[in-house]
Amino acid sequence: MSDPVLAEGAIKKSVPQTEKGTSLWQDAWLRLRKNTFALLGLGVIVFFCIIALLTPYIAPYGYEQQNLMLGAVPPSAEHWLGTDIFGRDMLTRIMYGSRVSLMVGFIATGVALIIGVLWGTIAGYAGGRVDAVMMRLVDILYALPFMIFIVLLMVVFGRNILLLFLAIGAVEWLTMARIVRGQVLSLRRQEFIEAAVSLGLSRWTIIRRHLIPNTLGPVIVYTTLTIPSVMLLEAFLSFLGLGIQPPQSSWGLLISYGVETMEEYPWLLLFPGLALSITLFALNFLGDGLRDALDPRASRN
Amino acid sequence: MRNKIFGLTVLTTTLLITTLLMGGCSGGENNVTTGNRDGILHWGNGTDPQELDPHIVTGIPEHHILTALLEGLVAKDPATLEPVAAVAKEWSISEDGKTYTFKLRHNAVWSNGDPVTAHDFAWSWWRALQPALGNQYAYMLFPIKNSEAYAKGEIDDFSQVGVKVLDDYTLEVELNNATPYFLQLLDHYSMFPVHRPTIEKFGKPDERGSLWTRPGNFVGNGPFTLKEWKLFKRVEVVKNPQYWDAGKVKLNGIHFHPIENVTTEERMFRSGQLHHTGSIPIDKVATYKKDKPHLLHTYPYLGNYFYRINTKLPHLSDQRVRQALAMSIDSKQLTEQVTKGGEVPAYTFTPPNTLGYNAKSAFEFNPEKARKLLAEAGYPDGKDFPVTELLYNTSESHRKIAVAIQQMWNQYLGVNIILNNQDWKVYLDSVGNGDYSIARAGWIGDYVDPNTFLDMWVTEGGNNHTGWSNPRYDELILKLAPTIPDRAMRYKLMAEAEAILLEDMPIIPIYIYNSKSLVHPSLKGLQPNILDYVLYKNLSLDPSLSGVNIH
Amino acid sequence: MFRFIVSRLLQAIPVLLVVITATFFLVRAAPGGPFSAEKTVAPEVIKALEAQYKLDQPVWQQYLSYLNDLAHGDFGPSFRYPGRSVDELIAGGLPITAELAFYAMLVAIIIGVSAGVLAALKPNTPQDYVPMSAAMIGICMPSFLMGPLLVLIFGIWLEWLPVSGWGDLPGDKILPAITLGSGYAAFLARLSRGGMLEVMSQDYIRTARAKGLPEWVVVLKHGLRGGLIPVIAFLGPAFAGLLSGSFVVETIFQIPGLGRFYVQAAFNRDYTMILGTTVFFATLVVLFNLLSDIIAVWINPKLRHQLREGK
Repeated sequence: MSDPVLAEGAIKKSVPQTEKGTSLWQDAWLRLRKNTFALLGLGVIVFFCIIALLTPYIAPYGYEQQNLMLGAVPPSAEHWLGTDIFGRDMLTRIMYGSRVSLMVGFIATGVALIIGVLWGTIAGYAGGRVDAVMMRLVDILYALPFMIFIVLLMVVFGRNILLLFLAIGAVEWLTMARIVRGQVLSLRRQEFIEAAVSLGLSRWTIIRRHLIPNTLGPVIVYTTLTIPSVMLLEAFLSFLGLGIQPPQSSWGLLISYGVETMEEYPWLLLFPGLALSITLFALNFLGDGLRDALDPRASRN
Repeated sequence: MRNKIFGLTVLTTTLLITTLLMGGCSGGENNVTTGNRDGILHWGNGTDPQELDPHIVTGIPEHHILTALLEGLVAKDPATLEPVAAVAKEWSISEDGKTYTFKLRHNAVWSNGDPVTAHDFAWSWWRALQPALGNQYAYMLFPIKNSEAYAKGEIDDFSQVGVKVLDDYTLEVELNNATPYFLQLLDHYSMFPVHRPTIEKFGKPDERGSLWTRPGNFVGNGPFTLKEWKLFKRVEVVKNPQYWDAGKVKLNGIHFHPIENVTTEERMFRSGQLHHTGSIPIDKVATYKKDKPHLLHTYPYLGNYFYRINTKLPHLSDQRVRQALAMSIDSKQLTEQVTKGGEVPAYTFTPPNTLGYNAKSAFEFNPEKARKLLAEAGYPDGKDFPVTELLYNTSESHRKIAVAIQQMWNQYLGVNIILNNQDWKVYLDSVGNGDYSIARAGWIGDYVDPNTFLDMWVTEGGNNHTGWSNPRYDELILKLAPTIPDRAMRYKLMAEAEAILLEDMPIIPIYIYNSKSLVHPSLKGLQPNILDYVLYKNLSLDPSLSGVNIH
Repeated sequence: MFRFIVSRLLQAIPVLLVVITATFFLVRAAPGGPFSAEKTVAPEVIKALEAQYKLDQPVWQQYLSYLNDLAHGDFGPSFRYPGRSVDELIAGGLPITAELAFYAMLVAIIIGVSAGVLAALKPNTPQDYVPMSAAMIGICMPSFLMGPLLVLIFGIWLEWLPVSGWGDLPGDKILPAITLGSGYAAFLARLSRGGMLEVMSQDYIRTARAKGLPEWVVVLKHGLRGGLIPVIAFLGPAFAGLLSGSFVVETIFQIPGLGRFYVQAAFNRDYTMILGTTVFFATLVVLFNLLSDIIAVWINPKLRHQLREGK
């Protein structure tokens, strides 16, 4: 009789080692790493966020510090990005502006995210009547000319920054809800959900532990792509005079000031414009990269 | 390989379509060239006119158009602003200054040939007072006896109002008081005549916005008639051959371009699309002063930029606090560094030299004295001074000034001010309701006389809004001054009143307005004056200067 | 098909009602009334004005009478322009905005689709990256940034094109169209690239190539048909977005279109104008979505089939 232990060892040795399995996330990360543009985008965003957070400590001048005698001067050693007509340092103003613009971008998107994900998941999972009603509501809201409403809202209720978040978030959650619902619908029929149901897990637990994590892919992608459109929306509103109000400043507001004086002092338009554009570029590249990484079919030759 | 062909096809198509859109590039002749050749003046006119009915409108763009289409009894000499004959060829004033008799010229006609008679004026003024018309300038007629009572519905019978038609060409007007500036008022559009048959043809006399003002319907008695009114594009008027003084009118027509954005307007001027702009972007003033001063026309304007103070608030009810605030504003630095439009700092409320009136300037920029006053009032170095809000209507220029003043008050007094801006309409409501602490304001005189500036501040005056009240001031302005026909004596009384106003300081005058425009060298005949008043008859275009370089 | 259209039309009605009601009450809730002015208006004048515009009636009454007027196609008089009805103002501004939107769409389609198709034909090569990055500029540079920049470069420095106006000078429609269309060009580029990529990898394309058809026939005749489906589906919402996005472009270039009227009306508290424009835009959006859905179904035999089966 052979020794079972020895036999086992022999069997183990002769079977070739299988590859260590990689999760979806690790796969995605590997793909993302190969995408130079996306990485660049990520780097830029992280860089801007760090600067935004540290602004009160590292800004070269005070935010409202005027120098009326100086007026607007082009970039120089003392003022790397020049000054505006009040003699205020543009680098400082752009840095403070980044705080507002990025904050609006992230928070409003966050609002849209929360509402959209919850709405879409519930609709998709509940199905039937509940789903129909919820999505019909989304359809109705989708048909509204939102730009018009936002303009009206801002004119009516004055410029409360909280209201700005809500208004913008209220526009963007619809598409999120649709995407999530689509995902949930396709997931619902899969076996692992059936298994969870038959295990007796509560609906809420299923939603929380199984559905939402699996919808994260498209959600992340869409979120990354929503932030730039939110920032654009805020800039647009501020440009019209309806968004961020002075003394606060956002990139949109700085751009609108720059437009007025762009012939005399082009740097007042150029630098905030560049800041906004670069951020939007970065976010879009990142979002594209994430989408390609998480869903390889999209970029398949 | 084939991909390249595909790509090429697409590219070519794109280029083709783009060329199509491009038309002939921008090589056409500009408005100044064609205008000078055809005698058409291209005038930048701010916002689009709300209406062209002189008894409904309220704005300056409308004024520019209406003075081309209609003419009142009396006009003004652009150089001196003294009254000159218009529809009325002469007039006489009674001893006590309360009765005016106008003799109309016999050759003044409407653009359809009807003669302009005294009946027209009587009827037009009757119409202007009808409440249903909603005429916001009805108050211009109130110096006429009983007109205010009639407008408010206190009396029903118009024959009690001091307007009498003595015969077809003689009009007698009786006033409540000797109003020395009455002749000035006659040149305001609310006192213009309108053509009765035309109005009655298109609706009721007090019907707002009927079709009588449309091109083809409009009948006026001015040097021009209405040819076209394209909403948001332009208003075109052409020379009226029937006008009694048509021989003197050298222009063949005027195009009023509604351009709200001053930056766009300035660009259009530079591309030769306008002869005259309504304003000029602040940031360009310095450039023009330096490089092209002959194109820049600035002149003091009959208006005052000031701050209202809510005297009902405890910490602002102390006169010394208000004076301290006023004396710590360096208006000179403000106008030189911030507004940069060449405005004059104001130390009185009525602009200096308002038809010869000069109030005594009562305060000056003196931070030392200001600090002392503030300390006396109980807030040494601004300690314990409540945080106060400065309100202004949303506009970059107002904000610039507010920011600068906020800094000055902080620097010189140690006082903490927060800024708040509101939409125009909301801001008006807030000020009207007394819902503010300190608010930015501006006032443009309706006529050239200190009264238009000083009668605002009587107790509970409709435009007061500060809660300030002074019985002696009321007496001077409402009772004494109106009864004195002699100009010099009147001015003395008003100066006394203004001195009281400036001593108490419910308002802080900051600077006197400036009219600023860009004018093409080919436009001749403009005469600068404090009302920015233009007599189109005097204007002419010189085609030889069309090509002058204005870049 | 017919039932599909009818059911969608019916669905549109509650949407419009919500829009009208929400706007009506929102506008009335705004602080600052239409008749506030710097020179305080005499109370009897305000009373007369309010009576004329029915503002002295209780709000519910005003709402119902407005709905009634609306059913008769009457948007009411403008507050700011006495003598002009809102219908008149909309009729004046609409053709201009529509023309602008049309040209912008043209720009967007031409640039966007060409870029996307070109990119899809050689994915992950420079032929892919360059057009897509260029298209990206359209997304990332907002219209209020691009517009002034274009004006600065082409209107002021080079003086090739006019700086403002619409229809006054030759070529003054180009810059506004490009400014408005570039953002959508980018979206269309992505969509068409994605659509083409999916289609080009299908079997029937391989068959066509195997049959020996020249490549451009393959692409144009077979590829585009399927690849452009997502583009067509997007056209509806895109056109609606163009209309409302015209605000900024119209402001920058001084174009007398509906978008600019709307923003001004909002600031002036011209109630009827705001309401009228909102209702009008909402109707347009609904219509366009419907049209776009119909076209999408019609052009795609698969969906048409589904429709017949499903219904």
